[in-house]
Amino acid sequence: MHLLYQIFADPFVQMGAAPDLLAQTLWDGLVAGVLYALIALGFVLIFKASGVFNFAQGIMVVFAALTLVGLHEHGVPAFLALALTVVVMFVLAFGVERLMLRPLVNQSDVILFMATFGLTYVLIGFGQLVFGGNPKVMIANDLYLPSGEIRFKGLGGFVSFQKIDIAAVIITSIMVAVLAVFFQRTRIGRALRAVADSHQAALSVGISLEQIWVIVWFAAGVVALTTGIMWGARSEVSFSLQIIALKALPVLILGGLTSIPGAIVGGLIIGIGEKIAEFYWGPLLGGGIESWFAYVIALGFLVFRPQGLFGEKIIERI
Amino acid sequence: MRAPSSGETALGEVLLAVEDVSLSFGGVRALTGVSFDIRKGEIRAIIGPNGAGKTSMLNVVNGFYHAQSGRITFKGEVRTSMRPYAAARGGIARTFQNLALFRGMTTLDNILAGRALKMRRGFFWQLIRHGPALAEEVEHRRRVEEIIDFLEIAAIRKIAVGRLPYGLQKRVELGRALAMEPDLLLLDEPMAGMNLEEKEDMSRFIIDVNQQYGTTIALIEHDMGVVMDLSDRVVVLDYGRKIADSTPDEVKRDENVIRAYLGQPHGASA
Amino acid sequence: MLYREVGQYKTSYAADMAVFPILQDRIGIAVILFVAFVVFPLFGNDFLLNAVLIPFLIFSLAAIGLNLLTGYCGLLSLGTGAFMGVGAYACLKLTTYFPQVNIVIWILASGFVSAAVGVLFGLPSLRIKGFYLAVATLAAQFFLEWCFIRIPWLYNHSVSGAIEVPRRTFMGVPLTGPTATSVTRYLTVLSVVVLMTWLASNLVHGRIGRMWMSVRDMDLAAELIGIRLLRAKLLAFAVSSFYCGVAGAMLVFLWYGGAEAEVFNIDQSFLELFMVIIGGLGTLIGSFFGAALIYILPIALRLIPENLGLPLHPATVEQLRFLIVGILIIVFLVLEPNGLARLWQIGKQKLRVWPFPY
Repeated sequence: MHLLYQIFADPFVQMGAAPDLLAQTLWDGLVAGVLYALIALGFVLIFKASGVFNFAQGIMVVFAALTLVGLHEHGVPAFLALALTVVVMFVLAFGVERLMLRPLVNQSDVILFMATFGLTYVLIGFGQLVFGGNPKVMIANDLYLPSGEIRFKGLGGFVSFQKIDIAAVIITSIMVAVLAVFFQRTRIGRALRAVADSHQAALSVGISLEQIWVIVWFAAGVVALTTGIMWGARSEVSFSLQIIALKALPVLILGGLTSIPGAIVGGLIIGIGEKIAEFYWGPLLGGGIESWFAYVIALGFLVFRPQGLFGEKIIERI
Repeated sequence: MRAPSSGETALGEVLLAVEDVSLSFGGVRALTGVSFDIRKGEIRAIIGPNGAGKTSMLNVVNGFYHAQSGRITFKGEVRTSMRPYAAARGGIARTFQNLALFRGMTTLDNILAGRALKMRRGFFWQLIRHGPALAEEVEHRRRVEEIIDFLEIAAIRKIAVGRLPYGLQKRVELGRALAMEPDLLLLDEPMAGMNLEEKEDMSRFIIDVNQQYGTTIALIEHDMGVVMDLSDRVVVLDYGRKIADSTPDEVKRDENVIRAYLGQPHGASA
Repeated sequence: MLYREVGQYKTSYAADMAVFPILQDRIGIAVILFVAFVVFPLFGNDFLLNAVLIPFLIFSLAAIGLNLLTGYCGLLSLGTGAFMGVGAYACLKLTTYFPQVNIVIWILASGFVSAAVGVLFGLPSLRIKGFYLAVATLAAQFFLEWCFIRIPWLYNHSVSGAIEVPRRTFMGVPLTGPTATSVTRYLTVLSVVVLMTWLASNLVHGRIGRMWMSVRDMDLAAELIGIRLLRAKLLAFAVSSFYCGVAGAMLVFLWYGGAEAEVFNIDQSFLELFMVIIGGLGTLIGSFFGAALIYILPIALRLIPENLGLPLHPATVEQLRFLIVGILIIVFLVLEPNGLARLWQIGKQKLRVWPFPY
């Protein structure tokens, strides 16, 4: 009986009793969710255009951030380092297309999925070899990103908003808007949607699959870089980020693999859901449930609604 | 070779009947109120222009699709829908238009896979293999070799099916269906993509299966020559509806059928 | 010339369906078994047994488990590490409560616990496949990892949070704990692995292996010939997890002597998956090849530069391993998706006709 109370009533009582803490948790969850959404966005881009499920998206985030910081450490001024990193991501996209996608073009999805595992390990190994395995500090100040916090007094206490988090939310929104416009309005965007629909058909109207893939992986690389900068600025740049990035997978399942708005919504749901669960229900279980909570939610979705909230229903034709 | 089926249905009686079956996906009506029956021991052809719903009909019989309305009666049992496992257990086997072979396995293994329902030795016997499980394997191997001989594919039995030419793959798929010792065999365009010689071979196999094993056959086919020569009765579908149902000769002369295929009423017959 | 089958006619179906139909193969297996059971224990040094052979065997066993699930049945799993962990913790609890029972019995029994957990997390496979199923197995991986850390009962409330292996003996000879010699442990591990490999081989050559492969190749067609998909998939999860569980128990009890939960983390899952991919999906021998390559690689990376006078920092070795393994994965998927096992098969083909080119 007491147990039932603890599970179903007490957390809500706590929420009501300290609304400022609730607001803080919600905000923290939102910020985490935005970052998950960014990673998921990179996945969706690549999946929509090439049907490849890029498991390496998370490590691309770390790799991009490391390159940026690493270059700066060697004396390259901040914005030049940023530009050079963008170039590096382009080279990476080009390399992936040439060495991985093209040779595997006829293979099944699972094979390509597994190839991205290989890519993940390559980037981990290479990144560590070149930049060292120690965590680094993101060059947030040099990039003119805001720091410090804003304290909001109210709700019976105070809620603290880190300025960098606010910046992250704003930058993400801009990025999503830009991508949406890009997909809907530009010629390349149309080509991307065509390729996502059917490789054969796209080829038959003269769209170069290889070019599209390079573009898409590059776009995903830029998204990864942005994510890396934002995330690195909040905490630090280390390879443990890559495991956290795996959380983007439940986000994708929730949101549907092919939907950009789905990635955002999914990210927010997971981010907020996780934080709330950890803060209010976590203590019942000894804490640390953040490590698996997102996956269990995803599992639930998988069983009852595999296409997620926004995804396309998968129909198999016999 | 194989005893006639389980004594539930006598030769000539109705083995399978579909009544008033309607099927739609999304907005597409694949079948509307289709009714026909298949008698034991006959070869029944299902024909019609492309998109008429023939494959959908087989899928309903098989249990892959569930009709929104109508009934299926198989061996006297009435159902509103079939489940694939129930169909297989009940003695329905099937081949596919686009081939549904297990590409990672050899011809022999594919056909042996068809014996899955007949292999009963449990998990722990399988773990040890030597003894009852192996004996069962050998016995089923013997049966499968009979089928392999019958279909004249002995030379390719150890080759992975993915490497075989299309015509041989179709034969292997037929072999796998035969391995189930079915009462009702559903063939979806078994001659598609074959040249004249291959068609003659396949026709011969189909007739042999029907006469030697006594298997009832339902056959979707586009080649009119084959249909006329092989089948006892023909059902014609068009846009999901049945437009004719009788012997090949009568169907050949039926005006509705001619119109469906040619699109406009012209005086001459097909 | 040496490897010809000429003259080896099979006069019965049973002979034709034997696992090693060619005489030379049978001789080869006998030689390998002889070397493994007799030569290595007599002449091998501690390093060879402890740091190379025992872990190689253990990881091969786990790789076989994963291969059964992913290679034969087509169900991609990222939870291998966690299932290994379940076996290890189960073994600890079993031997804690019943210390008088032989530890080898408990090692094998812990496989059943692992199998049960595997079936539970395999239930979603009824509705989902491919990449989605992989995410479901990730749920298993992270949840179980959390359990290993947060449920102190599992590690006997030890202060360090790690499994501490109690001493166990068999007929007076120490099997676990610091006094157990590497030879004893090696022979125990070897026996278990040989036995379980034989069982796995029997399974995959019979109707169950065919059933799994049918599900893998085209599950719709498998349903059509009367295979019950859920049963087939759950059986695969059960057997696979059994193997991983036993491997995990042996890892802790017969090799490390103790373990922290990190040993069973997602990296372990990935390494096993890589072993299976590189070694050859859907083959048993591939599991061994893959384990050998992935496990021996870092040892080679460490020893070769050392012997050439250019020792590498251990961190560098680790990083190089990541890099090389990643590249190998991509290279194998591009050039030979069927892995080392296929290369081995091709090699034997060439050997059949040697010294002629074809």
